[in-house]
Amino acid sequence: MTDSASQPVPQQTFKAPPSRLREFWSSFRENRGAVIGLFVFLGFLVVALLAPVLAPYAPDAQYRDALLVPPFWQEGGSTRFLLGTDALGRDLLSRLIFGARYSFFIGLIVVTLATTCGVLLGVIAGFAPTWLDTLIMRLMDIVLSFPSLLLALVLVAILGPSLLNAMIAIAIVLQPHFVRLTRAAVLTERSKDYVTAARVAGGRKLRIMFRTVLPNCLAPIIVQAALSFSTAVLDTAALGFLGMGAQPPTPEWGTMLAESREFILRAWWVVTFPGLCILVTVLAINLMGDGLRDALDPKLKRS
Amino acid sequence: MLSFLTRRLLTFVPTFIGVTLIAFAFIRLLPGDPILLMAGERGVSAERYEQLRAQFGFDKPMWQQYLDYVWGIFHGDLGTSFVTKKPVLTEFMSLFPATVELGLCAIILATIIGIPAGVIAAVNRGKFFDQALMSTALVGYSMPIFWWALLLIIVFSGWLGWTPVSGRMGLMYFINGPTGFMLIDSLLSGQSGAFRSAVTHLILPTIALATIPLAVIARQTRSAMLEVLGDDYVRTARAKGLSPARVNGVHALRNALIPVVTVIGLSVGTLLAGAILTETIFSWPGIGKWMVDSIFRRDYQVVQGGLLLIALVVMVVNLIVDLLYGLINPKIRKG
Repeated sequence: MTDSASQPVPQQTFKAPPSRLREFWSSFRENRGAVIGLFVFLGFLVVALLAPVLAPYAPDAQYRDALLVPPFWQEGGSTRFLLGTDALGRDLLSRLIFGARYSFFIGLIVVTLATTCGVLLGVIAGFAPTWLDTLIMRLMDIVLSFPSLLLALVLVAILGPSLLNAMIAIAIVLQPHFVRLTRAAVLTERSKDYVTAARVAGGRKLRIMFRTVLPNCLAPIIVQAALSFSTAVLDTAALGFLGMGAQPPTPEWGTMLAESREFILRAWWVVTFPGLCILVTVLAINLMGDGLRDALDPKLKRS
Repeated sequence: MLSFLTRRLLTFVPTFIGVTLIAFAFIRLLPGDPILLMAGERGVSAERYEQLRAQFGFDKPMWQQYLDYVWGIFHGDLGTSFVTKKPVLTEFMSLFPATVELGLCAIILATIIGIPAGVIAAVNRGKFFDQALMSTALVGYSMPIFWWALLLIIVFSGWLGWTPVSGRMGLMYFINGPTGFMLIDSLLSGQSGAFRSAVTHLILPTIALATIPLAVIARQTRSAMLEVLGDDYVRTARAKGLSPARVNGVHALRNALIPVVTVIGLSVGTLLAGAILTETIFSWPGIGKWMVDSIFRRDYQVVQGGLLLIALVVMVVNLIVDLLYGLINPKIRKG
């Protein structure tokens, strides 16, 4: 990050400058919301990793004697099922805990896919001759002309409804943002002196693209990746809700919501808790993303 | 301005061609044979099968099918629904007003709450109100609206019984008005209670659909105002002794609105995506629900035509927003 050189470090003239990570952390820490978001995110991560240990029951175990049992604090509920059970007598808490696994897995895969493809295409577009650049950017314009969820929905219809295909579809829909962002960053960096110097020194084109220029474009990409994580979780849940994502009995939060739709007026808990989990996860990631943006890239304004 | 206009229009054409190609290709890639699908469980004889293939042009080479398709588009022919046997364009036109009505109500609600909220937050920067408002906006921005819509139904339809659960109009009214907008048609119809019914049906979907644009507009207004409030001309206006309300509301806001107008325009795509979920949940008879139903029924022609028309709406709106932006902000025109 070129910013680290330009930021004044008062009273440390005789000490070694703080490491990049430490510097990042000190500015990230100032944003209270971001720190809360980080801890909530880490909490969910721990829950996801330890799901088999933490969950009181298996996510698909059915207790036929306890259908639609309310949470323990409500009349008729018991501490046997803390958050109650769904229409098939499955423990809601256990399903939510296992659901955390899916959401993190989905976010991780989708963001990795979208970032890799998007950054690669963006760097190529930034360095390519005009015709290739135009071609790539037009293609991205075309993808962006469709409302993202609609495009994802049609893609899943083509590929067949499953969690994997939903993830691929959402990655395809998300990646044009990375292409645009990377290309814009590459174009500003390309004309700077250090790139010319590297070229004059005889650096190979690939090396200049990926070792010289790309690391200096990373700040906005990292921020976008963090914010895309929340979009990925949200959109996969939406596809699951529409019946085009994870299929029952998978304890994915969106799919759980879809299964519980017919009980909304009878059993509020089967609807409320999965959605609350989605909301809290997405909110935590967005808080973290805002903090990341402020810390990594002061130039980008809050919007 | 003219060169900006032509430049912008020139990028429109290849994008449109690309969109037609994608809509065309997607549908050829969908699994399942459309003709066997149409025939249903009874199946068709081999002879009749060939006849139908020829009738729909599926026996021609791909490039010719594509050219026929484009030819059709320019003549307003987007094919016929396999299920209802009605032209896709006619179906689209009969359902589009419902989506526009819902979308307009949502964007109006989002704007009249979002802009003042953003201005007040910016003026009170760092104070309690600002923090509370921006936290709320972030929650709204992170909201899974399909869940939010269900919660609204639980509370307002289930517990309080204030609003109906779904649909656009009470069953005892038959409204078939000239505009397709239920709010206007129900007033024109003169049936007592019809307008009230239309409004109560509209409230919950509007709130659900407006949530995300509202949060985005509030955040964008706040940040645009903060940027403008530090500018020299705002200081000058203050120094002149103008009232704070006039400085904030007139001088600063007018300039801060430029990016906000863009955000509002660009949220049309978000609105249409949101309409897919909102309309499905509230059984709102608009194009979002139509598309979802058609995908599940594997109604190829409808998915193909609907995809194209929706992309076209988004593209045209974005084009208009871009042109407006160029008109308001001369800096954009060059470059």
